[in-house]
Amino acid sequence: MAGIIGYGAYIPRNRIKVEEIAKVWGADAPSYKKGLMLREKSVPSPDQDVITMSVEATRSALTRCGIDAKKIGAVYIGSESHPYAVKPSGTVVAEAIGATPDCHCVDFEFACKAGSEAMFVCMGLVDAGAIEYGLAIGADTSQGAPGDALEYSAAAGAAAYIIGKDDGVAKMLATHSFMTDTPDFWRREYMHYPRHAGRFTGEPAYFKHVTGCANALLEKTNSKPSDYAYAVFHQPNGKFPMRVGKMLGFTKEQIEPGWLAPTLGNTYSGSSPMGLTATLDVAKPGDKIFMVSYGSGAGSDGFVFEVTDALPKMREKAPFTRTLLDENKVYIDYGTYTKYRGKIRKGE
Amino acid sequence: MSTSARYWREIPQRYRYEGAKCKGCGEISFPPRIVCKSCGGREFDTVELAKQGKLLTHTVIRVGPSQFADQTPYAVGVAELDDGVRLTAQIADVDFDELKVGMPVKLEFRKVRDEGEAGIICYGYKFVPVR
Ligand SMILES: [Zn+2]
Repeated sequence: MAGIIGYGAYIPRNRIKVEEIAKVWGADAPSYKKGLMLREKSVPSPDQDVITMSVEATRSALTRCGIDAKKIGAVYIGSESHPYAVKPSGTVVAEAIGATPDCHCVDFEFACKAGSEAMFVCMGLVDAGAIEYGLAIGADTSQGAPGDALEYSAAAGAAAYIIGKDDGVAKMLATHSFMTDTPDFWRREYMHYPRHAGRFTGEPAYFKHVTGCANALLEKTNSKPSDYAYAVFHQPNGKFPMRVGKMLGFTKEQIEPGWLAPTLGNTYSGSSPMGLTATLDVAKPGDKIFMVSYGSGAGSDGFVFEVTDALPKMREKAPFTRTLLDENKVYIDYGTYTKYRGKIRKGE
Repeated sequence: MSTSARYWREIPQRYRYEGAKCKGCGEISFPPRIVCKSCGGREFDTVELAKQGKLLTHTVIRVGPSQFADQTPYAVGVAELDDGVRLTAQIADVDFDELKVGMPVKLEFRKVRDEGEAGIICYGYKFVPVR
């Protein structure tokens, strides 16, 4: 049975507060803070992108598990902000960690669930015996259109998982995928910013797919929410994961350790995978963790993990996700933010 | 030579920080050399540089070469890594009044530059302060 052998996260140090964005657009900051439970979000520096964050998250994962990178037979990066339109992100990451050349490499896309997709596929390949280890990454530096509701949440971060056959730090006990064709959020070729269907992104999109996947997974594993120590759901804002957890019968205490969105924002493909890293940072041997991602378009991947005795010793070797989130941050103003994110039109 | 060809050739150093450790005297050359500058030896092992070190000197570039013009002002420094190798690189994520000789820095993978909107993106190492 496949398991998580190593994991790591990366968060850029820049933050922008909801008030700073709201004041530029004449929006009501308290309503975003209360309504969406968002206080601030991470912003990449101009020299950071999906590739650089993926390399750093993977280096932490490798430091934790100490495996030889040459044994990694697959490198899959899930993102909707790959730096190139044509040229894989994965080749750069594989080269930087020393996994080339005997390696399979694909960039995945499925809005916010591309990272969990990479985990899902690595698991399958490991269980099939096709590879010894697989590297699955969820990373994004997503953008919302200036003034759009998404601008308050679209953030940057990465999570990397090394998946292998040994139990590692967490056994992958079960999975389930649930998807339909739902046009709630999209971006056409050559468009700079995505479009979304406003309120339609809630009930028929996020809530339907997350609950659909979660209920099927609970049934498949013959388990109930109280059997789990922790639960991680996709976090497009602070409010949705808490609400969907409550709908399913999970408590705030189960969700809180991996609930990063209020001060991180939505890291898209990185979102639930990063929530899982923060949960692994605190989980105890024997704990079961329930995770469901969500990607617009739309679908969810669900996982059940069981933490092994190897976790506590191994996780100390790289920085905890909460440390990356809470320490060493620097607040930027809206002007700096627009410069960093390339939103300013400059002279030719 | 085109940027992409030269960039590609330097990938082991830019991405994986690979140096050459002399089999005779143990000195690490970065980038690798054909002949060891300490003992004249010609046999080397490939080693990864230490990821941390201390800043020996630093400066702030306010008028940069054309391909870095967009990034000014930016800090550049020379650091001595824990394995004794001296390395020059940009210092990222730093407030200029924070720069100090002896400051602990680590190597991080960053975008070094790109060839405009349509060209390749060049990645490599930068120093960031250890806080
Ligand atoms: Zn020598």
